[in-house]
Amino acid sequence: MDFQLDSEQEALRDAVRGLLAKAYDTSETRRAVTKQEPGWGDKTWQQLAEMGVLGLPFAEEDGGMGAGPAEVAIVAEEIGRVIAPEPFVEAVVLAGGLVAAAGTPEQRGEILGALAEGTLVPAFAHTEPASRYELAATGVTASGSGDAWTLNGVKEPVLGGARADLLIVSAVIDGGTGLFLVKPDADGLTRTGYPTFDGGRAAHVGFANTPATPLGEPGADQSDVIAATVARAQIAYGHESLGAMETALRTTTEYLKTRKQFGVPLMTFQALTFRAADMYVSLELARSTVTWATLVLLDGGDATEAASRAKLQVSKAGRHIGQEAIQLHGGIGMTAEYSVGHYTSRLTAIDHALGDGRHHLNRLVSTLGDHTVVDPLP
Amino acid sequence: MKLQLSDEDAAFREEMHTFFTTQIPQDVRDTVAARRELSKEQIVASVQAMNAAGIAVPNWPVEWGGKDWTPLQRHIWHEEMQLANVPPPLPFNASMVGPVIAAFGSQELKERFLPKTANLDIWWSQGFSEPDAGSDLASLRTTAVRDGDDYLVNGQKTWTTLGQYGDWIFTLVRTDPSVKKQAGISFLLIDMSSPGVTVRPIELIDGGHEVNEVWFENVRVPAENLVGEENKGWDYAKFLLGNERVGVAPVGSTKRTLSQAKEFARTAGPGGTSLLEDPLVAAQIADLENEILALELTALRVVANSADGKPHPASSVLKLRGTELQQAVTELFVDLAGPLALASGAGDGSDVPDLARVATPNYLNFRKASIYGGSNEVQRQIIAGTILGLRG
Repeated sequence: MDFQLDSEQEALRDAVRGLLAKAYDTSETRRAVTKQEPGWGDKTWQQLAEMGVLGLPFAEEDGGMGAGPAEVAIVAEEIGRVIAPEPFVEAVVLAGGLVAAAGTPEQRGEILGALAEGTLVPAFAHTEPASRYELAATGVTASGSGDAWTLNGVKEPVLGGARADLLIVSAVIDGGTGLFLVKPDADGLTRTGYPTFDGGRAAHVGFANTPATPLGEPGADQSDVIAATVARAQIAYGHESLGAMETALRTTTEYLKTRKQFGVPLMTFQALTFRAADMYVSLELARSTVTWATLVLLDGGDATEAASRAKLQVSKAGRHIGQEAIQLHGGIGMTAEYSVGHYTSRLTAIDHALGDGRHHLNRLVSTLGDHTVVDPLP
Repeated sequence: MKLQLSDEDAAFREEMHTFFTTQIPQDVRDTVAARRELSKEQIVASVQAMNAAGIAVPNWPVEWGGKDWTPLQRHIWHEEMQLANVPPPLPFNASMVGPVIAAFGSQELKERFLPKTANLDIWWSQGFSEPDAGSDLASLRTTAVRDGDDYLVNGQKTWTTLGQYGDWIFTLVRTDPSVKKQAGISFLLIDMSSPGVTVRPIELIDGGHEVNEVWFENVRVPAENLVGEENKGWDYAKFLLGNERVGVAPVGSTKRTLSQAKEFARTAGPGGTSLLEDPLVAAQIADLENEILALELTALRVVANSADGKPHPASSVLKLRGTELQQAVTELFVDLAGPLALASGAGDGSDVPDLARVATPNYLNFRKASIYGGSNEVQRQIIAGTILGLRG
């Protein structure tokens, strides 16, 4: 077992870190970007494309870089470190991942090539107002055959749904959940975008006899593809959270060192330093579990349980660290001008995307009787 | 990055598993599984079986019976031992006094003590803590005054774990009261059968006799029993307390105890039904499993990446979180036992399952875990000060 990065992976980390540190040198820069549409930086997205980051996990014949889960983890963690608003996990890992797993060779080449070049940003339209964290579609239905299908129903909230150049939509088909491609100018498609609390964007997306093309084999149940791809995105979100938690903790410790109250630095008060120590404990335990989940992915097995374990640990750690970061800062932590609140917002958003801690704990409960001990080597 | 163990480490794991499940006396393993106290004879038998196979003191120099194992192999050795209900070698011998004598003792002391220490022919006790020197160890007051070829020792030690079995005790004693408190301490080995040594039991809240007070009244100790140099004892104590990073979090035994608790829960509901159907119980167990996994993976990160000899920063998490989870599982057992937990004093005729009867004494006993070995508050202080740079 080896948790270390190799030298090429370290080089990727340093390059992405350098790029993002320039793009988001302060939380004010990020705020300026998230205030304007589309909520992230076109220039930064283009620079990420030029660096090869947007095609990282895709096969070379599909226009990607042929890299693996470890490289995805590295990028996600750097995104989280500055809470860059660019939709790496949403567009590349999740939407792109579905295309890579389910698409025909033509679909893969066309969509993933353009995604890697930064000219096409897809979004996964999956969550429905009444679906909570279920992976099966229930409210959007598909009918048709061959390449000619129509969709009806509503998806909301769809992260990045208004700006997306292509929607990948899950819908009810006979015998399961299918995946469909919908173009932005499709008939009967309505998209109403709005901001989310973490500076991101979501949309109400309506389908009224909207023409759609099946992703991959027409009429096929894609439940397994959705589950496996969502697991990859859950793990990537875990890494994004690690980056965010690490910055939130560092910002907090710097504050405790410099901020004076009653004539002395805050770190003079043991009650405060002990709480910071507990934040560190939460971070390290989450880092162990999330990194392990990436190792499980690398190993090629079923990573859905590992993803649930990582998401549960991150949910608890993210809440603990986010809440304490604000509390230990005092009033300044509540202000939009200061960074820690934004980190807490982003951690909260990630917690509630693709299943929060309680949801994943429930999933783990359902398999509780299947093992005597949890062995980290599956 | 890689998930699986190397072929070599996987084979090593298998070898350890086979050894611990077949070569350690079954009654020892049954006693551990029953969460009952081991007798001195059982602990000695277990250690001697390991020592005969050459794996009782792998952390020692090879010359004195150690193994040139990687930190990961030592971790595997320790985990497999615990998962097989085998008690780890007596820490006072294997992790504390042995490595100190091997590193700082004279050749004569090494030859005299190390083989017997490895084989538990000598049972060592630890004489560090005093009534006014707990976490603040350097405040100790027991004195050793040079008198001809001997030291004359006077004072009191306390919290001497299993001191009732002790043949010898390694002590920190004040040999120079005139210098700053860390500078005047020496590391002295004392035969507990010497005239003037008195061991008095301390009864604890679990009803057991695990710790003792040890009194020294004009005890004559030959000067040759001094380890290393006079007044350098503090350095040796720091070496002793800092050199054991493997096994500081009891992952294997906590994992095993939780699986026992889960098994117990299957029939602990009304009318023999499964408490795993109780959503609150199931959620708590699943959550603990995940927390223990996180701890185990952290321990693996530490040992897998500590090849260069520098301690991994995350190692500070292990004692703190390891003991919290150890305590959480003993607490869970009491809750699972419910009203049966009250039958702790029941004898052989009882209809209450043994695991329910030992649940509360165990829970009470393990409150010690967050106090000994540097209290968890001391661990938080270390994390805040050393890792986060928060120095008030």
